[in-house]
Amino acid sequence: MSDVSGGTSTAASDETDAGDPGTSGPEPELRHGVPVTWGPGGQEVLHPSRGQLLDVVSALRTEGYWQCLDVAGVDYLTHPGRLLPDGIAPERFEVVVILMSHVERRRIRLRVQVPESDPTCPTLFRIHPGTEAPEREAFDLLGIRFADHPDMTRILMPDEWEGHPLRKDHSMGRIPVQFKGAPS
Amino acid sequence: MGLVDNVRDDGLAGLEHNFLTGRLEDLVRWSRYRSLMPATFGLACCALEMMAAGGPHYDLARFGMETFRASPRQADLMIVAGRVSQKMAPVLRQIYDQMMEPKWVISMGVCASSGGMFNNYALVQGVDQIVPVDVYAPGCPPGPETLLHAIVTLHEQIRTGEILRRRDAAGGGAGLWVDQLDGQKEPTAVSIGATGSVTR
Amino acid sequence: MAITEPTTAEGAAGLRAPSITAGTSPEEGEKVLDAALVHLTSDHSVLRLSETEAEDRSGYQAPVADPDAGPPSDFGDERMIMNMGPQHPSTHGVLRLVLEMEGEKILRSKPVIGYLHTGMEKTGEDLTYVQGCTNVTRMDYAAPLFSELAFSLAAETLLGIEVPERAQWIRMLMCEVNRVSSHLLFMATNGMDLGAVSMMLYGWREREEVLRFMEAVTGLRMNHNYIRVGGVAADLPDGWREDLQRILDVLPRRLEEFDTLLTGQPIWRDRLQGVGVMAASEALALGATGPILRSTGYEWDLRRNMPYLHYADVDFDVIVGTYGDCFDRYAIRLAEIQESMRIIGQIVHLMPGGDYRIQDRKVTPPPRARIDESMEALIHHFKIFTEGFKVPEGEAYAAVESPRGELGCYIVSDGSSKPYRMHIRGPSFINLQTLPHLMRDSLIADTVAIVSSVDPIMGEVDR
Repeated sequence: MSDVSGGTSTAASDETDAGDPGTSGPEPELRHGVPVTWGPGGQEVLHPSRGQLLDVVSALRTEGYWQCLDVAGVDYLTHPGRLLPDGIAPERFEVVVILMSHVERRRIRLRVQVPESDPTCPTLFRIHPGTEAPEREAFDLLGIRFADHPDMTRILMPDEWEGHPLRKDHSMGRIPVQFKGAPS
Repeated sequence: MGLVDNVRDDGLAGLEHNFLTGRLEDLVRWSRYRSLMPATFGLACCALEMMAAGGPHYDLARFGMETFRASPRQADLMIVAGRVSQKMAPVLRQIYDQMMEPKWVISMGVCASSGGMFNNYALVQGVDQIVPVDVYAPGCPPGPETLLHAIVTLHEQIRTGEILRRRDAAGGGAGLWVDQLDGQKEPTAVSIGATGSVTR
Repeated sequence: MAITEPTTAEGAAGLRAPSITAGTSPEEGEKVLDAALVHLTSDHSVLRLSETEAEDRSGYQAPVADPDAGPPSDFGDERMIMNMGPQHPSTHGVLRLVLEMEGEKILRSKPVIGYLHTGMEKTGEDLTYVQGCTNVTRMDYAAPLFSELAFSLAAETLLGIEVPERAQWIRMLMCEVNRVSSHLLFMATNGMDLGAVSMMLYGWREREEVLRFMEAVTGLRMNHNYIRVGGVAADLPDGWREDLQRILDVLPRRLEEFDTLLTGQPIWRDRLQGVGVMAASEALALGATGPILRSTGYEWDLRRNMPYLHYADVDFDVIVGTYGDCFDRYAIRLAEIQESMRIIGQIVHLMPGGDYRIQDRKVTPPPRARIDESMEALIHHFKIFTEGFKVPEGEAYAAVESPRGELGCYIVSDGSSKPYRMHIRGPSFINLQTLPHLMRDSLIADTVAIVSSVDPIMGEVDR
């Protein structure tokens, strides 16, 4: 896994080369070749593509991000206009990976865009075996398949369930109840 | 209620005559309600309150019920304590089917009674869709006092035979519901034998 | 109360220096983790079978040549797939274990979950932030205040507000009290699972005292909905210091009773020492946190290492095990009760005055009396309880140290008054992945001990 900058610094950002002085706007902050944004509360968020995901996770693990806390999926069907750095095209699904460095005592979040036409993402199981269950959950509830996962089956819903409940186009499944003010 | 000084003169508590001349039906009902054995069916939060009811403060043992039988073959009361998901529903039915007659069901908590606050795809909206329910105990979760109230109501119904009549009339479970009695500053007097506290 | 030396050969065999600690350099650590990955990613311990395959294979199996199998056992190499649960007497909720067994020995296993799936994350998208805590509180029902705290912290990060000092200290106090009641639940169920039935009654006796205090403060014994966005729901009642002091006076004696009943007792030790051993590198790779990770000798506690609320201002020890076995996990939780009591004792003295919730009227409903006086207060009350308050667009993750590990809440907001996506990182869900590795080559009687020591709460596993 080649690191983009080749350096061993643990600085939070690697600036790209200055490039064309006529470029408008500030240069995007990059880490391992991937754009960085900062969320509320000073939380660092990286935006790798599906192809970059495994390399970035491995590189971060070498830096000390030893634990993958969680892998979650989000369906942005009814909120397409969210804020993303330049160069990242919003897709319907996002896979969010949260990593923890005990050495630096901080977490880092990775948000990977996953298109609706091809809802697959590489699995992190070979690097962090603890992602087996959360990835199964993302598949079960959102329909995002993880390539090379050892057991890509439903985990929470019954095996014969059809549909992916957390998708925005899946209904809540409410039954009508007889009181005023109940949502219909 | 529980203390018997002289069996020959006073009879067994709850029975009008002593065991030699008492009616057989009364004897059978007496023995049934005095030693109900609940099946362990704690699913979610209500299970903790059910265990608390079995604990030293609330003490189910004085009602003869502290032995929770894990095997449904040995149990006659199923207290469905918690929310029943779609995946769990066939398991619930299978456990219920394995129990021997006569068997009773208490639906503990609002999730078991009606789906509770979770009116969605994942839960069975009321365990009475799957098994016939005899007593509904409301609360989220119902405290041990409410559960005891439900249990004592069930006992009373078994003792008088009322529950079998209700079941025949309803064609399924007796379907009684009790009030939630938690957080009372003063203990509420619920006299055993007064079915006025049970509505419907 | 010290963890004394192991009395069994198995216990002594579990003794190892932690191969990786929080202070290990990243290069060294990566090598250790890579070594653990080899068998964690193989099919050595986890049984990956579909339902139909498991049904076909259940019952006696003819001997199959398997390079993984090792020398043939005395039982003649017969393998059987057996099902344990979801309804079984071990009081850990609806967990189902599919076990591949050879005689009494468990080879591979698979925890099957989903029997308590309640669709809480979907429901969370339909409830406002004011109502959200009633939903998340029912996930980990043994320690509900932690889920509420994680949700509130995530929402407050998005809102960019800071709750008042007193609210933070009250949150800390109630969380530590909840930790005590959750660990007492663990003691009770762990004891009962292993046969010490009287432990169940002792644990519940103590737990009732704590629940009585919680009822006085929050109004409910369980599923309190007390810690809300903006602070807490109500101030502490009069006389709370005396109530707490009574609990703090009574508990140490009772904990000594548990100690006498369990810790030094040979049967207890034989059943727990050397059973379900895990190395630090394995726990890290599997994402395990909380007492499981700490039992392996790895010192990591969010309250100490990434302090939130005012944990940096109180004195307490982080309890770390040595052998990574079930006994360590039991001892850690017993000692954590004492540490929590220490923290509570300090909070009783350090509690500041002030507001118990933020005064920002856009977030917190006004006091009931003001509604009669001020039109603005009435409007705010109305808007907050019908529509809810709007949270700025963005996404945030906040985590707390629950009795089971790192409990995190990831909220995505689209600018409306309901979360667009609300995901809870349940520690038990991730910790359950350690089960097959803990149970490999153990006896079936040890399964109960191991599941009990992992202390899963199925509500937060299945959500």
